[in-house]
Amino acid sequence: MATATAQTTKDAARAERERGLLRQMLLIRRFEEKAAEAYALGKIGGFLHLYIGQEAVAVGSLAVLRDDDYVISSYRDHGQALARGIPATAVMAELFGKATGCSRGKGGSMHLFDVTRRFMGGHAIVGGHIPLAAGIGFAIKYRGGDQVCLCYFGEAAVNIGAFHETLNMASVYKLPVIFCCENNRYGMGTAFERVAAVTDVVEHACSYDMAAELVNGMDVFAVRAATERAVARARQGGHPTLLEVRTYRYMGHSMSDPLHGVYRTKEEVEAQKQRDPISQLALKLTEDGALDQAGLDALDAELRATVEEAVRFADESPDPDPAALTTDVLVD
Amino acid sequence: MPTLTYRDALNQALREEMQRDPNVFLMGEEVGVYQGAYKVSRGLLEEFGPLRVVDTPIAELGFAGIGVGAAMAGLRPVIEFMTWNFAVLALDQIVNSAAKLLYESGGQLPVPIVFRGPNGAALQLGAQHSQAWEAWLAHLPGLKVVAPATPADAKGLLKSAIRDNNPVVVLEGEILYNIKGEVPDGEHLVPIGQAEVKRPGRDVTLICHSKTVAVALKAAEQLAEQEGVSAEVLDLRSLRPLDEAAIAESVGRTNRAVVVEEGWPVCGIGAQVVDVIQREAFDGLDAPVLRVTQADVPMPYNKHLERLAKPSPERVVAAARQVLYRD
Repeated sequence: MATATAQTTKDAARAERERGLLRQMLLIRRFEEKAAEAYALGKIGGFLHLYIGQEAVAVGSLAVLRDDDYVISSYRDHGQALARGIPATAVMAELFGKATGCSRGKGGSMHLFDVTRRFMGGHAIVGGHIPLAAGIGFAIKYRGGDQVCLCYFGEAAVNIGAFHETLNMASVYKLPVIFCCENNRYGMGTAFERVAAVTDVVEHACSYDMAAELVNGMDVFAVRAATERAVARARQGGHPTLLEVRTYRYMGHSMSDPLHGVYRTKEEVEAQKQRDPISQLALKLTEDGALDQAGLDALDAELRATVEEAVRFADESPDPDPAALTTDVLVD
Repeated sequence: MPTLTYRDALNQALREEMQRDPNVFLMGEEVGVYQGAYKVSRGLLEEFGPLRVVDTPIAELGFAGIGVGAAMAGLRPVIEFMTWNFAVLALDQIVNSAAKLLYESGGQLPVPIVFRGPNGAALQLGAQHSQAWEAWLAHLPGLKVVAPATPADAKGLLKSAIRDNNPVVVLEGEILYNIKGEVPDGEHLVPIGQAEVKRPGRDVTLICHSKTVAVALKAAEQLAEQEGVSAEVLDLRSLRPLDEAAIAESVGRTNRAVVVEEGWPVCGIGAQVVDVIQREAFDGLDAPVLRVTQADVPMPYNKHLERLAKPSPERVVAAARQVLYRD
């Protein structure tokens, strides 16, 4: 009897965790859909790079991290920011450029920061933040800590020198960094195979004597498991890992770009949607009996309300004071 | 007061700051086992160990970025570039990471880092190894830029730079490393942003920094001996922030100025100084301000051509005579 009860408790806890993953992925999806609407209404300016289709990558990998670990990302950073726990209100307000945004309205979509959550930014020069991740890893090692730094970048960054310089040094210095390459196949409108001599990103790890793993990025459990292995390597002796996570973005590179057309076909996009990470997870939870349709509908309604509230908050928040123009250039 | 070389003054500053603060570390090419390409880091590996004196591959962009990342996580890196010519490869990290993180994070992420190394021409190193980068670097909000000319200033400014909570660029010089001067022992801090009169004078102000301070001092000597002219030599020491008050005060007294720099003329530091003078000392000016710069060409290898390209005491004397209407 006792064993059966323990098993039931364990199953319930697992179902709860898995529903948590679904909740985060669906939050990102609904958030991004709403951001696209707000962009169309002119509420959001500049560039807006959406994460729709890639949700399993951020959610699966960040599920493994502790609060004292570090996260750093590229300009496609909304998904990681939300999965790291930055409130949707603060992220949306940042997209709106408001004083209540997570970067006080000075960063925008591409520069989300929340240092209290060790979310060390979205960075907008392709590959430019990869050395920063190694530097954070260096600081962890310097202090003798067992934290890790999880660094996200797209496959296009693999063609940049900073990627190679950093992987070499991270391996030489044994830095606790997980290099998470989100391979969504296209750097803006250029297919990776058209501009990369080596199209399996994981192969690059061989050049730097680094552990590597190829991961199905449409499967949140696969991402979580691979990240667990990488984090364990990093915590025990500071060995870096290169993860190539194969994923797909449904939207254009940024809001001003077409979904498909000259560089990919509508059929390809539609076929990829058949592997949708959120639908797959929802189906699994339903099959497991962890969630029924009513539960799913309720969750979706709740998250839509959360995102509506984020938009309302962002809309009603004040712009930064004009005096903010000249603050934060230097510290005292 | 002890006499030290500029190199040893920098070494003393590094050693003292590393002793004072365990978060300070030095990273760069040849800084450890080799003891520094110019021996600035001599003895530091032995004293502080390989975790704090870190040899890197030749990968300026990569290790500059590692420095910035370490600063984001609370350490205080000193990144040595073998020369600023090579730091051009790392500009993305200086420009886009170090100088912008505080602002784009809405004040959440200070970057307390020092980027240092020799700047400008030495002797016959050719065009790619003989460039003065201060105008590029001083252009950037979010950075501080200093260029010490003497061993005492080298020590005092480097110590201030390491303690500063902002990214600071320290511009040194191959041909400065061997010069000697009195250097105060122990706690000697030169505040960033303060120019210094290196030779007082009445008739004309020679405004200079780094290696051109010696050029200006020699010119001032010649002006005194040959022309009976009393030239003031104002060493800017900091290029960002620029000590505008000191410039205005000196030129307001002498009513004439010559600006001397190692960089090229277009958009140079001197152009900025002239802007300060016309704004802040316009009423006191008795002559147009002239500039002495490197010739507007890539640096030639031939030593005679190279000498012609560089600012020299003779060119400064000639410019001073012109602003004094002696020609």
